[in-house]
Amino acid sequence: MKIRILVRLKPGVLDPQGRAVHHSLDSMGFEGVEDVRIGRMIEMDAADGTSDETITAMCEQLLANMVIEDFAIEKVDAQTEPA
Amino acid sequence: MAFRAAVITFPGSNCDRDMAVALEALSGEPAIRVWHGDADLPDGLDFIALPGGFSYGDYLRSGAMAAKSPILRAVVAAAGRGVPVLGVCNGFQVLTESGLLPGALMRNAAQNFVCKTSELEVTSTASPFTRGFEAGQRLRIPVAHHDGNYFADDATLDALEGDGRIAFRYLDNPNGSRRDIAGVLSENGRVLGMMPHPERAIAPAAHPSMGGDDGRKLFENVIESLVAA
Repeated sequence: MKIRILVRLKPGVLDPQGRAVHHSLDSMGFEGVEDVRIGRMIEMDAADGTSDETITAMCEQLLANMVIEDFAIEKVDAQTEPA
Repeated sequence: MAFRAAVITFPGSNCDRDMAVALEALSGEPAIRVWHGDADLPDGLDFIALPGGFSYGDYLRSGAMAAKSPILRAVVAAAGRGVPVLGVCNGFQVLTESGLLPGALMRNAAQNFVCKTSELEVTSTASPFTRGFEAGQRLRIPVAHHDGNYFADDATLDALEGDGRIAFRYLDNPNGSRRDIAGVLSENGRVLGMMPHPERAIAPAAHPSMGGDDGRKLFENVIESLVAA
């Protein structure tokens, strides 16, 4: 099964990368951007039946740094996913 | 006294040789070089150094992969027995990722790689690394990093300050670190992580702009602490 993990900086943690991109968007003339935060998306092919506990453990122990980051787990349905 | 120091090398470490040279120059004993894939450390170590560099290409996050390598389990166990552990630059990142030190090192606030001589102030003298310094003593030690922006939440920072666990602060904060923190100690003071490179400051330079020998004392402090123990 395909799993998609979104790793993001926690609210309140300064994101200098997002701030720099926000600044660039502003200077390019795009209006109305309130805030930009940059995260990381990890796609994983894992054995069917891999438990939520196991995926969570992977996130907590390696994929995210729990001091500064949150994560969200999405199980991707291959039938509806565009190729 | 034979000073047994180990320097751990990860794929992508690039200050491991400098660290080994500094340790040998100041202790008179060659440092033992240990590879990241080794499961065990040599017996009877007096000191472990995690060097600077870009372990595992900084993939995922700086220090994240190295913190999960086989040798780190042995380093964590040795730290638990009280063996002094020094992590410099990428080594500091490995120490926070491994949980031996609190907090995290994020991308520099200005987004750029900083490579310069930084001015530090010794904040705590209650550790084997800092015992020979005067509180408030100023040091000039080089920094060279992209991810040196120390972050921890306010409660953690308050606790670190209250417990005297800030080893060094920047006088010229080069990376946006919270509360100008340049180096952090473990609860028992025997693990130190710092972004500046003391191993690059062990010999007087031909010109002051090229650095100096302010890093020598940190290693001498550790060596003397073992004699005193």
